[in-house]
Amino acid sequence: MNQPAALPSSTCRDAPVLKERGQREVFCGLTGIIWLHRKMQDAFFLVVGSRTCAHLLQSAAGVMIFAEPRFGTAILEEGDLAGMADAHDELDREVERLLSRRPDIKQLFLVGSCPSEVIKLDLARAAERLTQVHAPHVRVLNYSGSGIETTFTQGEDACLSSMVPVLPETDARELVLVGALPDVVEDQAVGLLTKMGIGPIRVLPAPRADSALAVGPNTVFACLQPFLGDTAAAMERRGARMIQAPFPFGEEGTTLWLRAIADEFGVDDETFEQVTAAPRARARTAIANASAHLRGKTIFFMPDSQLEIPLARFLTRECGMEAVEIGQPYIHKGLVGPDLDLMPAGPVISEGQDVDLQLDRVRAARPDLTVCGLGLANPLEAEGLTTKWAIELVFTPVHFYDQAGDLAGLFSRPLRRRDLLKLDAANQPSETREVAR
Amino acid sequence: MKLTVWTYEGPPHVGAMRVATGMKGLHYVLHAPQGDTYADLLFTMIERRDHRPPVTYTTFEGRDLGEDTAGIFKKTCQDAYDRFKPQALIVGASCTAELIQDDPGGLAETMGIPVPVVALELPSYQRKENFGTDETFYQLVRALAQPMEKTPEVTANLIGPLALGFRHRDDIEEVKGLLYEMGIGINVVAPFDATPEDLTKLGQAHVNILMYPEHAETAARHMERVLGIPYTKTVPIGVGATHDFVAEVAAICGVEPKKDLGRLRQPWWSKSVDSTYLTGKRVFLFGDATHVRTAARIARDEMGFEVVGLGCYNREFARDIRALGKEFGVEALVSDDYLEVEKAIEDASPEMILGTQMERHIGKRLGIPCAVISAPVHVQDFPARYSPQMGWEGANVIFDTWIHPLVMGLEEHLLAMFREDFEFHDEAGPSHNGGHAPKPVAAAGATAEPAGEDAPAETGSDVMVWLADAERELKKIPFFVRGKAKRNTETFAAEQGLSEISVDTLYEAKAHYAR
Repeated sequence: MNQPAALPSSTCRDAPVLKERGQREVFCGLTGIIWLHRKMQDAFFLVVGSRTCAHLLQSAAGVMIFAEPRFGTAILEEGDLAGMADAHDELDREVERLLSRRPDIKQLFLVGSCPSEVIKLDLARAAERLTQVHAPHVRVLNYSGSGIETTFTQGEDACLSSMVPVLPETDARELVLVGALPDVVEDQAVGLLTKMGIGPIRVLPAPRADSALAVGPNTVFACLQPFLGDTAAAMERRGARMIQAPFPFGEEGTTLWLRAIADEFGVDDETFEQVTAAPRARARTAIANASAHLRGKTIFFMPDSQLEIPLARFLTRECGMEAVEIGQPYIHKGLVGPDLDLMPAGPVISEGQDVDLQLDRVRAARPDLTVCGLGLANPLEAEGLTTKWAIELVFTPVHFYDQAGDLAGLFSRPLRRRDLLKLDAANQPSETREVAR
Repeated sequence: MKLTVWTYEGPPHVGAMRVATGMKGLHYVLHAPQGDTYADLLFTMIERRDHRPPVTYTTFEGRDLGEDTAGIFKKTCQDAYDRFKPQALIVGASCTAELIQDDPGGLAETMGIPVPVVALELPSYQRKENFGTDETFYQLVRALAQPMEKTPEVTANLIGPLALGFRHRDDIEEVKGLLYEMGIGINVVAPFDATPEDLTKLGQAHVNILMYPEHAETAARHMERVLGIPYTKTVPIGVGATHDFVAEVAAICGVEPKKDLGRLRQPWWSKSVDSTYLTGKRVFLFGDATHVRTAARIARDEMGFEVVGLGCYNREFARDIRALGKEFGVEALVSDDYLEVEKAIEDASPEMILGTQMERHIGKRLGIPCAVISAPVHVQDFPARYSPQMGWEGANVIFDTWIHPLVMGLEEHLLAMFREDFEFHDEAGPSHNGGHAPKPVAAAGATAEPAGEDAPAETGSDVMVWLADAERELKKIPFFVRGKAKRNTETFAAEQGLSEISVDTLYEAKAHYAR
């Protein structure tokens, strides 16, 4: 009864993928630090990189977080590039200085960047060395958030996968939820599963280093985000088993995600229904209200957050939209396969990017809504198209039942606004192009 | 290696982007990995540009590194030329591409692109954003501008305004107006809205108006040397500076220093009795050198403030700003370390900060009002309304902007008279600023300190002990002068060799510092 009705015969999973290689218009993985540092309250993220990295973090943070943030950039200078031994000494010195000023830090992530990778600065070795120096107070880990290896949300994947090998071992049968979500949403997920009698439930990343999170052969885990492929692989290497499901966006996605976990833990239909009936009904009502402006409208996804395929599934199946193109930076069918299965073949599925060619396709299709990065949104609006910036999808609580209406609302708001604004003279309905400078 | 939390300037290639985006008909091919495309949003979001910056990135990946990144650059460069058909190209590398040493300039030269191609060498690991703007504009001028016959009528170039500048859009209009009054025409404005073709005509002008030395001083010197065009040294921000500017331009061009002061209201606004309360307000100035230098003069001579600290983040102007500090009797702070700036402000405990968006946040933390006078910019620094800093209207705008965050004169008295009133209490803040809705006072005499404000007897008073009744008395002093009162009292007590501060000490200090 919780299986989706009317599975399409030919689905997006089998559709050919348009692969492009040209200019990409996406953030690098360093951006993930913006939300990860809020989630892990005793962690500090030290990017080893250039002034560009520091500038990116500051610009992507948008509104600067002016409590002294728990991230910073060790900016490489001319001298560091000349002698490699010196760079390690310099790094040790900066870490020493940082940790003595911030005794509250229990986990330190050394985050690799494009320049640190090109000069082959071995941060893994540095992390090992620094862990020995600062044990037992501080654990030092490393991962790469560089733009030559990672895109945008992939940075979270790299970060979480670096934590898996050092998790304690356990034989207990436990459920681990993988992915950094806002606390309010995480609590809802844990609450629903707990009411079904499932537990103990752990979350990666834990808010603090000294949590009870552990992993082993009896661990099962479910991803909360569709960009955690490396983390899933790292969990599997520790013997854990992944529960596959569509991602918990919208009423249907949330139900299928919960159902897959419930099945794993032998929850009966009656209990499942009892726990989910009320929030499902709320979600349906909220989506119905918020999606009135979305029905029958076309949508084009530029590749950005890696949420594109699951969101397209939500918007086409639950909000009545029609997808023209669904672009993702990269497609990991092991994760998004169940979402692809639910969408009938039709929309172009694209991987990678050549932004100029893709914009040509946007202009040809003139979709009702284009989901894109911040660099493209205003230029497309100025061409008369309506856009939704993708970064908001990563910074806003959008998962599970009680956010399903909000999620639909994020997409309907730009369309509603377009209908609301009357900026022409009353007697001149002709469209004028707003030119601003 | 240097640990950085927030930065005042981006890398130098962002400076080059500011020049390219400010111009029209120019395209920038940047050898850079994909993450560097974040810089587009500075222009499309902060400045609300309605088109993409004219920049094509090669966005090479890790797997390309062992292979042919030079080939990727050449293909990108050709594609960008074919698609955008610019009048000229600039090519260069970001920090990462600088390390792989593909030499974009050399590669582009071999490609037979039929328009001028200007190669940029911007050392990412030594220099910063303002170097990038200045160097890029200089290279463009050097490549494109030629000596030529002057225009028959007296004309000027306005040089320096560009994308993401602090009020550049409106400053241009204001300076044009000043020149118009003197009968001087405009030859070229650059980089703002100029095409490469416009740059070839720079040589026709009789004078260069160097609006922003940060972005165009090297080009101005070059044009003086090679094209024989003198340039102005005065930046017309503030009433006095604008008078000086008009005199300087008139002298260079041999014209009458005509001015239309019909719209200038600042001097009367400053003289009128309502402004008496501004007298001697202690201000701290920080920003880029040009805006700090002009703001210091306005603060002292046109507002009647006391400058208690000043500094700039761009080291290129360190010598000028240190000299300025001497003139004002303070030690200038030249630093791009945000935490160091915060410390200096905390130590000076000014009544107001004139700074950048970064200092605005410092002000929030310390409970000190702040007005923004300089880049780095924020979306709020691009108002829809006309809001110049330069010229007569600029002087008016600055007066309004600077007094806005302050508690107004009469309100100061009301606060002092009704200090325990439920609306007029300390934590309410200036009543005209919506962000400071009154918070209820917990209980008379037991109010919580506003966040970030010095709690008496805690910070900065290691040796000094405030007796309980003196501490209570201190809390009765309105918040916007409490920091000063506390500091003065402690200094006074130290001079008197006292280790305890009583109510009497507080009022003796007050009498001592009365002016």
